Amino acid sequence: MSANTFIKKYTMVIALVVVFIIFTVLTGGKLILPQNISNLLLQNAYVLVMACGMLLCILTGGNVDLSIGSTLCLSAALAAKLMDGGYSPLVAIFVSMSVSIVIGIWQGWLVGYVHIPPFICTLAGMFLFRGFARVVLDSRTISVMNPQFNNLFTSYIQIGGLDEKGNCKSAIIVGIVVAVGLMAWTIFSLARKKKQGYEGVSAISSIVKMAVIDVLIVIYAFKLSQYKGIPVMLIWILIVVLIFAFITSSTVFGRYFYAVGGNEKATKLSGIDPRRVYFWAYFLMSVLAGFSGLLVASRIGSVDGNMGNSYEMDAIASCFIGGASAYGGSGTVPGIMIGAILLGVINQGMSICGWPDQWQYVVKGAVLLVAVVFDVVSNHKTGKS
Amino acid sequence: MSDYILEMKEITKLYPGVKALDNVNLQVERGEIHALVGENGAGKSTLMNVLSGTIPFGEYTGDITYNGKECEFHNIHDSEELGIVIIHQELALIPELTIAENMFLGNERANKLGKINWGQTFMQAGEQMKRVGLKENPSVLIKDIGTGKQQLVEIAKALSKNVKLLILDEPTSSLNEEDSKMLLDMLLGFKEEGLTSIIITHKLNEVSYVADRITVLRDGSTIETIDNADHNIDEDRIIKGMVGRELTDRYPVREHKVSDEVVFEAKDWTVYHPVYTEKCIDKKVNFKVHKGEIVGFSGLQGAGRTELAMSLFGKSYGRNISGQEFIKGEEVKLKNERDAIAHGLAYVTEDRKTNGLVLPDSIAKNTTMAKLEKISTRGIIDFVMESKVAQEFVDAMKTKTPSVDQAVGNLSGGNQQKVLLSKWMFAEPDVLILDEPTRGIDVGAKYEIYSIMNDMVAQGKAVVMISSELPELLGMCDRIYVMNEGEVVGEFTSEEATQEKIMSAILSHKTDDLKEE
Repeated sequence: MSANTFIKKYTMVIALVVVFIIFTVLTGGKLILPQNISNLLLQNAYVLVMACGMLLCILTGGNVDLSIGSTLCLSAALAAKLMDGGYSPLVAIFVSMSVSIVIGIWQGWLVGYVHIPPFICTLAGMFLFRGFARVVLDSRTISVMNPQFNNLFTSYIQIGGLDEKGNCKSAIIVGIVVAVGLMAWTIFSLARKKKQGYEGVSAISSIVKMAVIDVLIVIYAFKLSQYKGIPVMLIWILIVVLIFAFITSSTVFGRYFYAVGGNEKATKLSGIDPRRVYFWAYFLMSVLAGFSGLLVASRIGSVDGNMGNSYEMDAIASCFIGGASAYGGSGTVPGIMIGAILLGVINQGMSICGWPDQWQYVVKGAVLLVAVVFDVVSNHKTGKS
Repeated sequence: MSDYILEMKEITKLYPGVKALDNVNLQVERGEIHALVGENGAGKSTLMNVLSGTIPFGEYTGDITYNGKECEFHNIHDSEELGIVIIHQELALIPELTIAENMFLGNERANKLGKINWGQTFMQAGEQMKRVGLKENPSVLIKDIGTGKQQLVEIAKALSKNVKLLILDEPTSSLNEEDSKMLLDMLLGFKEEGLTSIIITHKLNEVSYVADRITVLRDGSTIETIDNADHNIDEDRIIKGMVGRELTDRYPVREHKVSDEVVFEAKDWTVYHPVYTEKCIDKKVNFKVHKGEIVGFSGLQGAGRTELAMSLFGKSYGRNISGQEFIKGEEVKLKNERDAIAHGLAYVTEDRKTNGLVLPDSIAKNTTMAKLEKISTRGIIDFVMESKVAQEFVDAMKTKTPSVDQAVGNLSGGNQQKVLLSKWMFAEPDVLILDEPTRGIDVGAKYEIYSIMNDMVAQGKAVVMISSELPELLGMCDRIYVMNEGEVVGEFTSEEATQEKIMSAILSHKTDDLKEE
């Protein structure tokens, strides 16, 4: 691979590394303190989770879902209100998720089968669900104190005898096991492909890539061990991200999203119903938004009527920074994760540096613009044709 | 020497792999009506696009002399400035705007600040409309008037631009006889006032009615210019020029082994337009296809062939569809495209870029798209298998590509067409409907596509081939149906079919009314 294609393929990874180094220097190393490394993903859990759903919407043709910040708030408000009223966390989670599912069916049906333009449909949803959330909260702030609920989302895995604060060996052990497992799987699948006579995969580059990922995993695990161990929320994030990465890359169902975004007419004539594809994109998006509501409620510890404001924009920005095409049809889960983490690093770096809030917006906007301009110019994505 | 308003000399236009125009010469005298005729793909529209600047100077070779001056048109504005106005077959009107707004679109009656003078707009629109005999109110929306009147608006629009040379591309293709006659008489009226026009049309009766001279194009070359000063030219004379070409071995040899088994049959198939639901697109069409047979459908654009095929393919076109559809003798009611594929039907679209392929996706992904379940277990795609089958098709079809991971958008037209065929062969159909399978691809690739078709029928599949190229239908088909305005107007076996017979079957339908004048 020539240097040129390497840079083109891994632009955002390189950008992430550069930004990370810059902020490490600017913060005098504070960015890489165990606590900050641990918080980096947790603080952005909602972005990571919702970007997965947003990717599906964007894949169908650059469509977005504007309602997810409000859906998140409604879900969190319902959970908080129910637990505040003495219901068990299970009931609260069940009700919140059920409502998200209903919202998903509602918006999926409107967009897919009634052909309401997604922008308008979800703009309406943004007002509607925000309103409902405030009705539920009765314009108050409700705190989320239930220990079982918080255990489920914001605790850390600490095994008695093995772990103590600042030195959680379990994290390192898990990190090493995962790293070894991934490498073994890479080699195994390369061998299988070779056996079946499949060409076009460079074994060396796959192994080098996995080795780099392995190193990062072990370093990350080490940093986690120096803080409080493996956060439960990290597991939730990983479950969602891995499922969506699998769906989009390896399943027939996932392939349909790319096909519809790439050429809807051709897809329809190939016997695939685009209405169903739109339905599932918006359905899954709302479900993930509802789930994020639970994560955020637990992490912040209270819910008010402004919670989740403009979160949809973070998810959308992550997708576009992460290389999803504004015209649909291309984009990957690993790519948008890079986009989300890049945004997260910038946010956190600036916070630690103590830059004022208003400048954080300016930087965020500039990064998004640069990423998309670069994408469009370098790939000549001038339109759907 | 004649007074030529326009001379186009040795115009050559290359598209990747195709010579659309090859040293074409066209001379138009001042004040005449000049007809440009030829089969679909003969290069008529391309030539007019060169003239109007739609194909800018530099993308073709040759000279254009207009009013004695050599011209370089870089865009439509350049040519319009000199009074050359083209009216395309697909009308360039905006349905949601009024007649007056459309008439001055891009040429608004406005002051320097851009404020539109509505009084002037409507008054001047009214004046132009009077010239074309249009009695509507200028503030009526375009979508609320019929196609015939829309055509008149286009002409009025051209007049408002102070036109000297008017080019009409198939102006009567969507008009009924009465409106066509009116339009042609209007052109004759403008001729009296000194306007020069070039008219492109398939309707030869109209040619002999209005044209003073006729230039025939075939395969991108000028064949001849015929004088028609007496307006009584024999249509067969024109047809001879249009189709007169030798058929050498441009078609691979095939053993004709047609079995008696009917694999596909349509009875009284009737389809209405999806938007203008009162408009009948296909009227009681009956046809059948045998196993191992290639059946051709001939006709002009707009004859309802594509619509017929798509409506049969799981109702992907049209409304109020009625009639019966039989696959292997059993009547089927196909709900959607998926259903059609499951019943062994495949429709290979005429428009591979818009309706056929996902251009940014790889060859492999496009190949497997219509039947992903064949390479997946429980919804999980086996990528190794996918690449393998895609590679098999690339080898079998001789698709030129470095790998199956190549994006289809990077391939040439002929290779894209092969990927499209691969996709539908992968779906293992019994009946393949190929809509213009060789459109826009070069001669070599055409030959390969024909060979693939022969392989298909050799495997016992049945092929329906829709094509606007007569030689290709004659070279490939066992039987040919001729369609016109949604009806089957002729059926020929390969032995009895000739280009002249088919062409006159197509045209006979339209020749009636004008002759009686």
